[in-house]
Order: sequence, then C-alpha cells, then structure tokens
Amino acid sequence: MNKVIEVLIEALEIENKEVNLSDNFKEYPEWDSLSRLSLIALMDEAFEIQIDDETFKKIDSVEKLIAEVELRMAK
Amino acid sequence: MATLSFNHIGIIGLCAAVPLNKINNLKHTQNFSSEDVAEVVDKIGVEERRFAPEGMCSSDLCYAAAEQLITDLNIEKSEIDLVVFVSQTADYRMPATAILLQNKLKLGKHTAAFDIGLGCSGFVYGLSIVYSLINAGGFRNALLLNGETRSRVYSPKDRKTAFLFGDAGTAVLISKHEKFGKSIFDLNSDGSLGDLIKMDHGGYRNPTTLESLSEKVIDEHGNMRSGEHGYMNGPEVFNFVIREIPRSVKNLLKQAERDESSIDYFVFHQANTFMNNYLAEKMKLPKDKCPTNIKAFGNTSSVSIPLAIATELKNKLEGSKTLFLSGFGVGMSWANAVVSFEDCQISNLVEI
Repeated sequence: MNKVIEVLIEALEIENKEVNLSDNFKEYPEWDSLSRLSLIALMDEAFEIQIDDETFKKIDSVEKLIAEVELRMAK
Repeated sequence: MATLSFNHIGIIGLCAAVPLNKINNLKHTQNFSSEDVAEVVDKIGVEERRFAPEGMCSSDLCYAAAEQLITDLNIEKSEIDLVVFVSQTADYRMPATAILLQNKLKLGKHTAAFDIGLGCSGFVYGLSIVYSLINAGGFRNALLLNGETRSRVYSPKDRKTAFLFGDAGTAVLISKHEKFGKSIFDLNSDGSLGDLIKMDHGGYRNPTTLESLSEKVIDEHGNMRSGEHGYMNGPEVFNFVIREIPRSVKNLLKQAERDESSIDYFVFHQANTFMNNYLAEKMKLPKDKCPTNIKAFGNTSSVSIPLAIATELKNKLEGSKTLFLSGFGVGMSWANAVVSFEDCQISNLVEI
C-alpha cells in the first residue's frame, strides 16, 4: 500500500475502511480538526514534511494528497 | 542567531497563584455535546482549568503570588527595585499594570516598572530582559510577574479554543549571586505568521464597534465568536511548532555546548498534551525530563512555564540544576533558554 495512504488510515483510525485514490478524505465522517492534527504529526514523522494550510485546503482527494507529499519530498 | 549569556544571575524563588474556581472540562458542555467535548478533551489532554471569577485580573493573581514569595523568601521590599509584568490581559490599556503593582505591593518609588505584551514566549523573553537589566549594574532584586486570564480571551462557543485555556499568575525573584552558573538565551520572531493566533478588534487598528462585539458563526462547523475574541489556526500553529522549535532547541543546546543528557529538565510552554508529547517524541527527550501540568491547568500562555516549574518541580530543584526553557506561540514569537538553577525556593501553590 502507498505509504501516504497508510499514514492517512492511521491518522483517521480507519483501519477497516477501503480508501480509494479518488476519495475526498475530508468528507469521511472520521475527518475533523483533531484528525488533521494527527495527520500533521504523522506526515512529519513519516516524510519530514509539513503542508501549509492554504495548500492543504485545495487538496480534495487522496490522489492529490499523495502528489503533494511527493512534490514536497522531491524538494 | 544572536544569543545572550549571563553569569552569576539567577532565580532565587518562584511562586504561582491560581483562582480557586475549578472548571471540569468534561462537564463544560453548555455549548457542545458530551461526545464532542470528550473527544476534544482526550486529544488536548486538558481535564481541568482555573477560571478567574468576575473582577479578578491577572495582576491580582501575580500580586498574591508576589506577596507570598516575598514572605517566604523573607526579602525586604525596599530591596526590590525592578518589576516587570508580562501579560496580554492587562488591567487597563494605560497605565502599564506593573506600575500599579509597584504601588499595590508597596514597593519604593525607586522601582523601575514596565509591562511586556507577549504571550507564550513571554516568560523566557521576560527572564532575558530582567537578566540583562540586572547584568547592567544597579538593580538588586527584580520581580518578574507573568499573569494571564486567558479564559476571557476566547469564545466558549468556538471549540478550537473553548477547552484549552486557563488563568494563573506567577512571581519570580531574580538577583545576582556568585552561586549561579551560566545562563544563555535566544529570542526569535516571525510576524508574517501574525494571524495564526490573533484578536482582530478592540485595538487601535480595528477599534471596538457594535459590529465587532457581535457574535457570528465563523465556519461550517457552527463555531461562534466575535471580533473581540481571540482565534487560533491550530493546524498552522502545529506546523510552525514542529518546523521551528526542535531546530531552535537543538541550536541553543549547541551554542551552550551542552547535550540533552546534561539538562535536568526541559520545561516547554504547555500548549496542549498532543503537541507537547509530539515535540518531546520528535526530539527524543525522555518523558520524565519534560514536566507537564496541562491536565490540571490547561494552557496559561506566558504563565505556563513558571506554573509548570511551581507545580511539577517543587522539591526537585535543590542543589545545582540546569533547566532548558522553551516558550512559543502568539506572534509568532519563540524563545529558548538554558538556565542555571541553584537551590531555587518554590513556594506552595496559592489559591485565591
């Protein structure tokens, strides 16, 4: 599984959910401001990156999240 | 990075005061469902806070702490010649609260008194300023007072901030003495992040209007606040902290020619449990070296570092100790210090 998806699953505690690339994870019922904090911590831990709020607001699918992580890791 | 170093200056004693009025966060459910509250409380780790009753200001908490400290240390008031009050919840817009405290504490007219308007970085900033003034010569004993009634700053109907903040005041007595070793500070700011934690109205840029006082729904979750409530962009603050703080801690340790193992305690600003745990984990600091009292008092802004020392390190500061202090927040503003402690006397917690 893609590492970004693994991190997302851990942040939202959705081990039993099927996550698709096209999903807007912000529409999952488990998504809230608290899971956002977990995602920040886990992203930092796993990839040593931070995604600013402005960019993060524009990310509306798992696919875009993966692309943003890859972009930041390449820098 | 500019650093400030001092020798033979230190904290003689420290006293903290909190309101008696205890808020149980899980029962703080006037505006939200119990499930919502439980979830927030679990994440931020704040179980109880103290709220000052109507009419009690942060300066009253500092006053109580200062009187107790002066009594416990048996210091002559005539030998105190500097009072610095750090707060963002002052009594009046003018005059400076420190000057009113000089009178209330019955200190002489020879006393220098002024306020510093910083938040979570304020204790470390304040300490560096007092050390600098003492280092310059004449001052014998200085009182550094940190006070906040943060409970009044944020809207109880905005869940991003409604469960986090509490009220407290501390007094620290600082003076020169051969026994103190070297202390070193670094001070930082990033005003481009000024809107991460902010109160938009009520100052001179956006003066108070009827409109600024009216409560509005501010997001899709139904959170409400007025223009004269503070707000916080939690995720961005967290991003800022994990980006800047571990690096700046490491840099100051390097400047001080120390490693983590030679520091007895790391006292971080008590932001919230989630953030503090993550910070400690990221820096690989052992938990028992990172005292915390956020569970019982919440986030008290500039008071949180001395309050954590008062409640968690009482009876643990006998002999020579070295503490690393790190304050970060509203501004954004952050400051670190490696501070030499020698038999620091910590008074019992005052409750008023």
